[in-house]
Amino acid sequence: MDLSFGSEYDGFREEVKTFLKNNHDKAPSGRVIGESQAAQQSLDWQKLLIENGYTCRTIPKEYGGYGAEPNIIETRIIAEEFASAKVSQGLGGQGISMLTPTLLEMGTEEQRQQFIRPTIYGEMSWCQGYSEPGAGSDLASLTTAAVLDGDEWVVNGQKIWTSSAHIADWIFCLVRTEPEAPKHQGISFLLFRMDTPGIEVRPLVDMTGVANFNETFFTDVRVPKDQIVGARGQGWQVANTILGHERETLATSSMTLSRLNAVKDMMKQETVSGERLIDNPAYRDRLMKLQGREMAMRFNEMRILSSRLNEGQDATLARMITKLQGTELRHEVEGMAIDILGEIGLAYEDNPYLRGAGSWQSQYMYYLGLIIGGGTNQIQKNIISERGLGMPKEPKFEKSK
Amino acid sequence: MQFGLSEEQVLLQDNVNRFLSDNVPLERVRKYAEDGSDADIWQGLTELGIPALLIPEEHGGLGMTPMDAAIVAESIGYHVAPSPFLGSAIMAPVALSRSDNDYSELLGQIIEGKTRIGIAYGESVGNRNDAGVSLDNGKINGKSIFAFDSEANHYLVADKTKNLYLINADEEGLIRKELTTVDKTRKTVELVYQGAKAELVSSNSTVYDATLDIGRVMLAADTLGAAQNMIDQSVAYAMQREQFNRVIASFQAVKHMCAQMAADLEPCRSLIWFASHALAELPDESRVTACHTKAHLSEVGKSVSKTATEVHGGMGFTDLLGLHYWFKRIGANRQWLGAPELVREEAAKLEGLVA
Repeated sequence: MDLSFGSEYDGFREEVKTFLKNNHDKAPSGRVIGESQAAQQSLDWQKLLIENGYTCRTIPKEYGGYGAEPNIIETRIIAEEFASAKVSQGLGGQGISMLTPTLLEMGTEEQRQQFIRPTIYGEMSWCQGYSEPGAGSDLASLTTAAVLDGDEWVVNGQKIWTSSAHIADWIFCLVRTEPEAPKHQGISFLLFRMDTPGIEVRPLVDMTGVANFNETFFTDVRVPKDQIVGARGQGWQVANTILGHERETLATSSMTLSRLNAVKDMMKQETVSGERLIDNPAYRDRLMKLQGREMAMRFNEMRILSSRLNEGQDATLARMITKLQGTELRHEVEGMAIDILGEIGLAYEDNPYLRGAGSWQSQYMYYLGLIIGGGTNQIQKNIISERGLGMPKEPKFEKSK
Repeated sequence: MQFGLSEEQVLLQDNVNRFLSDNVPLERVRKYAEDGSDADIWQGLTELGIPALLIPEEHGGLGMTPMDAAIVAESIGYHVAPSPFLGSAIMAPVALSRSDNDYSELLGQIIEGKTRIGIAYGESVGNRNDAGVSLDNGKINGKSIFAFDSEANHYLVADKTKNLYLINADEEGLIRKELTTVDKTRKTVELVYQGAKAELVSSNSTVYDATLDIGRVMLAADTLGAAQNMIDQSVAYAMQREQFNRVIASFQAVKHMCAQMAADLEPCRSLIWFASHALAELPDESRVTACHTKAHLSEVGKSVSKTATEVHGGMGFTDLLGLHYWFKRIGANRQWLGAPELVREEAAKLEGLVA
């Protein structure tokens, strides 16, 4: 066991610290999700980060990135230092986190030249068109169709859960182009502008009260033929190049730890009937229980990191379980905060008794959303049992009447 | 950075696993449940150097790490092997090698497998019933209950102020009586002291704490191994048991039970690695971590042992299958050296959350 990253990285960590010390006042507060509405400050900050290699670090220079060799430890050190300084690590969103790596892996040279630079600089924002009303867990059964008509695809159908579709400039979208092929081999990955005629976006308010999701309708939407990533019928593989990675990042242990510590701090301050919550043995035991679970997940993540650095170290199962366990744990941590607050835990929106700016309730619900999203936790259990434990798939049945 | 087993540690685990697979099948465990002797098993583990693991090299031991020991504990748990490992290879060597007294000779006997040292910690961890000891002029009086290792030659006895004493099992004034528990893979005893001669090993509470912390991590590692075995057995059983013309492993109800067990247990492996590493390398964190590790493995072990039994259906409930030996082993590990609620409260105290 060697828990250090090695003294050769001390200098690098110092560089990051120095950068943060000199520049933290330029950072926007909080991570900006809706890229097209990103304020100028966020765009300037993003530019500064890219120039210094603290975001989009390994994206090649010719596409606007910093062009560093991939180095897991450097990436980790940057994340750690930004987190401990509580400074934004730049723009988020699915254009940067999902489309850009997909284009680097599967896109044409022209596509990379056209899309990556404006995307990472926040000038071009994206939404993801994957799920449909009839294709959720069984995503590959999607029916939104694209038919080639001359030099254009004609897209018809409906997507759902399209985050940020109301503000996005572009969409990357899975469509069925080969209706005769087996379901996984009939899908293609298209890119098109959201202001193309025939697109209608209807907001979908979620249980937290926010309308970040949408329903997106396509009626004879015409898309230039070459705006396809990968070959016709290859869309499933294109989408899957990065889907697994998304799952591991849905509930990271560093965020869970910081939320758990916030619960602990609150228990030292808040009182019920004059007694601090931390002095109540039932609440204290519940906190300690969560702390044990949190530790196990934190070290599980260290093991995964180590397996990326050391050849021959297997962490397959450790990776497979992170989405299931990470989201459940986070939901429990947020729920504990509500319970220690009692009725005050119900406060929402403009309530003057609000604690933590209302984040406990909204995160409690948001993580219930993540238990469902990104591959439901029941789908995760199928994956764990089939690919992790070698148990067979459930036999297919004819459609029930 | 390397968070995981080294090549040497993988080799160590393979060696111990091979010995236990060959020599401690379920029939051997059943035989122990009847006649109560594990001498041949301990002899074999001694030949592999297990009692010498933690004993420093200057005393003739191997001077290996708590993480090495945790790997062995996991293997022993996996096979529900009867053995005096916890006392003789772990807690006693840690106490004796840190004592101000010179225990070179006794440590040498432990290494050779000639001496087994049991542990009587119940009173210091959480006094129950009318147990408790007092020492006066080198003579010990009182009683220890649920002391571990019925075949020990000596016992390491802790009192409620964290003093550690050593007493010879054949000492005049010591009455040893076996106490039946639900766990038939390790036998516990009642020790009644009537002015028996005892020697002070240490009155330094840090020595006591060191033995307790490592003991807890080893019990957690034993549970890790035992629970892993129950998952392996569950998956294997589900793959061959047919109902409704299908193997039951193809039903999502069964698959999800197995997936949940694996998802709960897999992070425990990393927790054990970290906790055992911390015992040697991270003194600021090691005590709290040992408590959380013991408590968390107790909880996960409880749910895995229940779920695994359910996956086996009616067979899981029978003696014939023998799955219950793992269930009971995990249940015993949960109570020994502090039940989860008590250990979590200790963690809270160590963190300064409770006065």
